[in-house]
Amino acid sequence: MYVAVKGGEAAIANAHRLLAARRRGDADVPGLTLDQIAGQLSLAVDRVMGEGSLYDPELAALAIKQARGDLIEAVFLLRAYRTTLPRFGHSEPVDTGAMLVERRISAVYKDLPGGQLLGPTFDYTHRLLDPELAGDEPLDAPEMAADTGERVIRVSDILGDEGLIEDDPATDASRPVADITRTPMEFPMERDARLQTLARGDEGFLLALAYSTQRGYARSHPFAGEIRIGEVDVEVMIPELGFAVVIGRVKLTECQMVNQFKGSTKAPPQFTRGYGLVFGQAERKAMAMSLCDRALRASELGEDIVAPAQDEEFVLSHCDNVQSTGFVEHLKLPHYVDFQAELDLVRRMRAEHFARTEGDTPADGAAREAAE
Amino acid sequence: MAHSTPAASIYEGGFADPVGASQTVFRALMDAMARPGTVHALPAVTAPPAPLTASASALIATLADADTPVWLDPALTKTNAIKDWIVFHTGAPITAYQSEAAFAVVAAPQSLSALNGFSLGTQEFPDRSTSVILQVTTLTEGVALTLEGPGIKDRTTLAPAPMPQHFSEQWMANRQAFPRGIDLILAGPGSVAAMPRSTRLIRKEA
Amino acid sequence: MTAPMTETNTQNLASYNFAYLDEQTKRMIRRAILKGIAIPGYQVPFASREMPMPYGWGTGGVQVTAAIIGRDDVLKVIDQGADDTTNAVSIRAFFAKTAGVATTTATPDATIIQTRHRIPETPLHAGQVLVYQVPIPEPLRFLEPRETETRKMHALEEYGLMHVKLYEDIARNGRIATTYAYPVKVEGRYVMDPSPTPKFDNPKMHQSEALQLFGAGREKRIYAVPPHTNVVSLDFEDHPFEIQHFTEPCALCGAEQVYLDEVVLDDKGGRMFVCSDTHHCESRRAEGHRGALLGDEPVVEKEAAI
Repeated sequence: MYVAVKGGEAAIANAHRLLAARRRGDADVPGLTLDQIAGQLSLAVDRVMGEGSLYDPELAALAIKQARGDLIEAVFLLRAYRTTLPRFGHSEPVDTGAMLVERRISAVYKDLPGGQLLGPTFDYTHRLLDPELAGDEPLDAPEMAADTGERVIRVSDILGDEGLIEDDPATDASRPVADITRTPMEFPMERDARLQTLARGDEGFLLALAYSTQRGYARSHPFAGEIRIGEVDVEVMIPELGFAVVIGRVKLTECQMVNQFKGSTKAPPQFTRGYGLVFGQAERKAMAMSLCDRALRASELGEDIVAPAQDEEFVLSHCDNVQSTGFVEHLKLPHYVDFQAELDLVRRMRAEHFARTEGDTPADGAAREAAE
Repeated sequence: MAHSTPAASIYEGGFADPVGASQTVFRALMDAMARPGTVHALPAVTAPPAPLTASASALIATLADADTPVWLDPALTKTNAIKDWIVFHTGAPITAYQSEAAFAVVAAPQSLSALNGFSLGTQEFPDRSTSVILQVTTLTEGVALTLEGPGIKDRTTLAPAPMPQHFSEQWMANRQAFPRGIDLILAGPGSVAAMPRSTRLIRKEA
Repeated sequence: MTAPMTETNTQNLASYNFAYLDEQTKRMIRRAILKGIAIPGYQVPFASREMPMPYGWGTGGVQVTAAIIGRDDVLKVIDQGADDTTNAVSIRAFFAKTAGVATTTATPDATIIQTRHRIPETPLHAGQVLVYQVPIPEPLRFLEPRETETRKMHALEEYGLMHVKLYEDIARNGRIATTYAYPVKVEGRYVMDPSPTPKFDNPKMHQSEALQLFGAGREKRIYAVPPHTNVVSLDFEDHPFEIQHFTEPCALCGAEQVYLDEVVLDDKGGRMFVCSDTHHCESRRAEGHRGALLGDEPVVEKEAAI
């Protein structure tokens, strides 16, 4: 006699209680505070804010804690919260030229106005595990420059003044700014929507695609024109007042990639741009984004589309890790109804196959199947 | 919560219970659209300035927002009251161009020049078309239209009035453009019916 | 923009609108549903939101249900035909919590039925809405991965590729080797993906009394089949469409002409076939129908209480 498996609700509740316990870990060890996560795992928080497309370090820290450190799960938590928030409008374009830079480097000039500023970087650290970090030893206070309030000129503006680099692509100012959270994707995709999609795309996916362009799959001869990290004001236009007001500050990483370009039927020889802009300190992501952005401009610049990184539908339809993880992981949901349909078909086709094959009667076939 | 008197100002006469009212109105409209020709009751949940009717205003308040430009026929734009009421209660921009409208509200269907002035959508995106709300005084006592198509078992009849001139010819032209085309929402007193573009009009043989 | 993590923030996290979605999102989805109904089988793009369950787990269906559901609705949720599969339980609980609506497992009592992979065996009646969860809404996607191309094919009603694919099946296998998500043509115009239901269920879509709505969250598409609409499975004159047939009746309720799940009983090849539609099976047993392997005691109902 057969009894169907029941009690899904109880099983789910039990699983979630176990999850909560596993997340907390050893109860004798103090629980993590959000300040600890936001303050000491700040790059994880920045990544979650960027791919979650919500600038809120405390909520991102909460998401990381709740997700047991699974950053894609944390991104998902933040997105699912973000989507419930009302949309009041959009900000004015942020002025990264007015950024209070904490890090600013250019690979194309030895020195330049504003200087090279290394900032808090892993670059040139020797990757040796530091046993002292296992404890909580006091640190030397870092030396900080005073804020002069001066604008730090962008490398792209230096090149632009001489006409060596293309102008920023002109955008139709009368067209409303795209919002990929409010409109479904449509191809070909405009630049604003493409950059938004890349900005919240998965770091690993974009990194691999960017790498592929360096290895010859749509090589773009890139130079890191400039990378800058720091805080900028966010301004919102208030129609009733007739001017923009600052509503807060966000930390951003901007990467301007400068790419060699021999010219085409559509454009004269000049350097072209690949652009990356991400919430928080996320240099790897911003660099990868700028290489992908440049690769995706292929048709705009009259280049042949020969590589995956140039394929707009391929890149932009698959770079979102919340979508990707959901659909890949949905394979663990029950599919037994469809599998039954396939079982039935395979059995019938096998029976016919063995009926056709000499020396193998359908009965033999069935017997062999059962023995397998 | 029903309103009985028209709004004294444009700031009044909106949904008292936006969540419940819009869901109720939407379900009536969805059923009407899914079963063309059937008449569904609409609750009195809005009290707009005349000549916008309670049912047409309930539909527009349910459907329109900042993302959907609304076109109003001349009968509704004699004063600013209706325009202001819609803008205040829905946030929808009012457009002077039929072809830009996501929704159109027509208080005098008999004076409407042509249905094909509205957006019919494109062959790739036939959904980018105008949904036209016609205010009618009756859904059952006008000239009977015989309808068939998706949502209709065999045939059905609907008798709205007033309707645009040469409606049969205009509707056949609309039907010819399928999958492009407009969808008609007929707002009667306390009721709604619909003729989506998929509905075919059967000419009565004399 | 950096908001401190205050009490208000945490409280806000817990307060959601009726049926979770905000009213603006519902309006956007409702507009897409109306267009979908007006153009049967056409996939309407909509600005799908992130939902509190993963993409691929029914976010499209959940958004459609959230946009149409009202306080008086009675909701049934099935996955694989069963009310008690984990994801069905989870989605039902989501709406019971966020919308406070009544839920049921009885097909005739439901006003909205959200489903993944099955259409109930009990014929639906007028006034019911069947909401399908759809993973890949584009029937041409596996023949042409590009949205720009498939959109053109639908626009031009150019479905030759689909017939070629089905015919290649016949040439290679002697039959059309598609067993689920079997493409249909709606009202003679749009080729449509019925979602991954077994082709056994395709005939139930044709001239149904109920409104059928399809939601694909990740792919951001909504489409619809109104009641009394022609839904025809693609086929060829010499290879007509046919559904699966099971050689034995349900082992629990004895039903024939229903879709059955194969249940492996032991490691010696023992197996049984039981109704995939759990409500249909339970109501037949309640009426006294008995399958070959059903014991004398109604044990199943007792187990359900655990």
